Amino acid sequence: MNSPREWWAWGAGATAVLGLALLPLWLQNDYVLSLLISVLMYSVLATAWALFSGPTRYISLATVAFFGVGAYTTAVLGEVLPWAGVLAVALLLGVVMALLVGLATLRLSGVYFVIFSFGLAELTKQLVTWYEVNITKEIGRYVFVDITQQHIYWQLLGLLALVLALRALIQRTRLGLALRVIGEDETVAVHVGINTTVVKVVLFAASSAFITVTGAVMAPRWTYIDPSIAFAPVISFQTLIMALLGGPAALLGPLLGAAPLVLLFEFLSASFPNHFSILLGLVFMVIVYLVPNGLVSLLRRKGGRP
Amino acid sequence: MNFLDVLLAGATLGGLYGLVAMGLTLQYGVARIMNLSYGEFLIAPAFLTYVLVSQFGLSPLWVLVLAIPLGFAVQWLVYQLLLTPLVRRTGAGPALEVDSILATFGLLFVVQGAMLVVFGGNYYSYEYLSVPIHVLGSTVAANRLLVLVVAVLVGGGLYALLTRTRMGTVVRAVSVAPRFAPLVGINVRQTSALAFGMGGALVAVSGVLVSMFLPFSASMGTMFAMKALIVVIMGGVGNLMGCLMAGLLLGFAETLVASFVDPGLTLAVNFGLFLLVLLFRPTGLFGKAAR
Repeated sequence: MNSPREWWAWGAGATAVLGLALLPLWLQNDYVLSLLISVLMYSVLATAWALFSGPTRYISLATVAFFGVGAYTTAVLGEVLPWAGVLAVALLLGVVMALLVGLATLRLSGVYFVIFSFGLAELTKQLVTWYEVNITKEIGRYVFVDITQQHIYWQLLGLLALVLALRALIQRTRLGLALRVIGEDETVAVHVGINTTVVKVVLFAASSAFITVTGAVMAPRWTYIDPSIAFAPVISFQTLIMALLGGPAALLGPLLGAAPLVLLFEFLSASFPNHFSILLGLVFMVIVYLVPNGLVSLLRRKGGRP
Repeated sequence: MNFLDVLLAGATLGGLYGLVAMGLTLQYGVARIMNLSYGEFLIAPAFLTYVLVSQFGLSPLWVLVLAIPLGFAVQWLVYQLLLTPLVRRTGAGPALEVDSILATFGLLFVVQGAMLVVFGGNYYSYEYLSVPIHVLGSTVAANRLLVLVVAVLVGGGLYALLTRTRMGTVVRAVSVAPRFAPLVGINVRQTSALAFGMGGALVAVSGVLVSMFLPFSASMGTMFAMKALIVVIMGGVGNLMGCLMAGLLLGFAETLVASFVDPGLTLAVNFGLFLLVLLFRPTGLFGKAAR
């Protein structure tokens, strides 16, 4: 951290986080709080998604595989372990799963990875369903933990601050440079001696760990979960489209996409519950055709900065 | 279930998977665009058949004939209207892959959502040729045999079309060397649209076939698209015969697991196979891939 401008940026970030942390103390409206939780949840998910996919340009649809694993960690261990223990187990599970998956598949590129990541989410869901039906003989679990909405809010805010700080720090390390080269041209990256597989796996694990912990934090909000709630594919799709709307390459891009889209989807699903899928598809297409490089790039062009 | 039952059931299912995947391998192999909304264009004709058969008393075989030009036209239009702008914008560069995935993803939701609004989430089916036929001591429904026969006929016809005609040669040329095809006077974009349309005709036919012997629902499309993708990659992109073989393999594997292990694990088998192929034979099971 050398330049004064960077100090200002860190200061502004810390102040914003502090301000947001104080918000629920005087906020009495439960609906607004739950809306804020949704915004925060998708902000964390989209930023964590972009942590890996932004620089490498891999499109992952596996978000919900990790999210669901996290939610199930809470459901299974919530009453057994203290809360910090639950989160630690979720973190560990996320990292282990990401390492296994990453080592096996990050050599794939482009469409193969998209398909595989989507399949991974479905596969995880099927395996959990199969386990619940055949072994525990009960589909669905109740989540009994002593966590209030406000706790969820603060924990998500903490996660968001962490993942943003991590992204900001990575950009200034050798890892960040390596990532940018991989994103520009993977062949060149290999030729200048970057171990692309290791770089990608490390980032994928970090990204997945955040997503898994988010799932664990979010689970108490539902009180009841089953595989179709915890592994709802729409979570992956929405995360993806939010990150893309804002622009995954920029640090604050995913936030810029998450906030308006959470509100839009909330409005759409409340007003047109039967047509939600059509509208979601249209939002997808509008973004792909009209904002291909994200809102951040639009803003930059308007502002005249490169 | 005895061995012959498994063989017949696996062959029917596998033949169908092969047929569905052939259309996708044409689209992806030639136009270089992964059409994620592919499965929706299988379920839509299935619903069309359901309506025509149950409301108007048409024979599904007539719908089958009707599906070929209709499916062609729809996918040709999808390519010309939705995907050509993306091809232009990206100059067919690496950004095209990401953009087209996202665009067809959006299309998937729109079509699937429309079908959900009209038909709801229930399973639909109708009675057609569900008479038992005895084959070598095993019993099989006549409609399943019909599906197998049509799948073999259509697959064989397509193979002949691509290998024995001038049009087929043009399509294969674009698939093998898209950058050099223009040098011999081939219009790559038109050929891509043509291949997209042919894929559309195939998937529409598959949809009609599915409606004859399987109950289907509005949200089943993604599952078919996934399986088609798995088969395409297993068979090697652009390889039609590979597609058919990989489809049969998947059909047999699923039938075996469903009858002897647990029907709930068929999807796990799918992804297990997929993963193994990706890890050990990323260019497909059958030698070098076409691209």
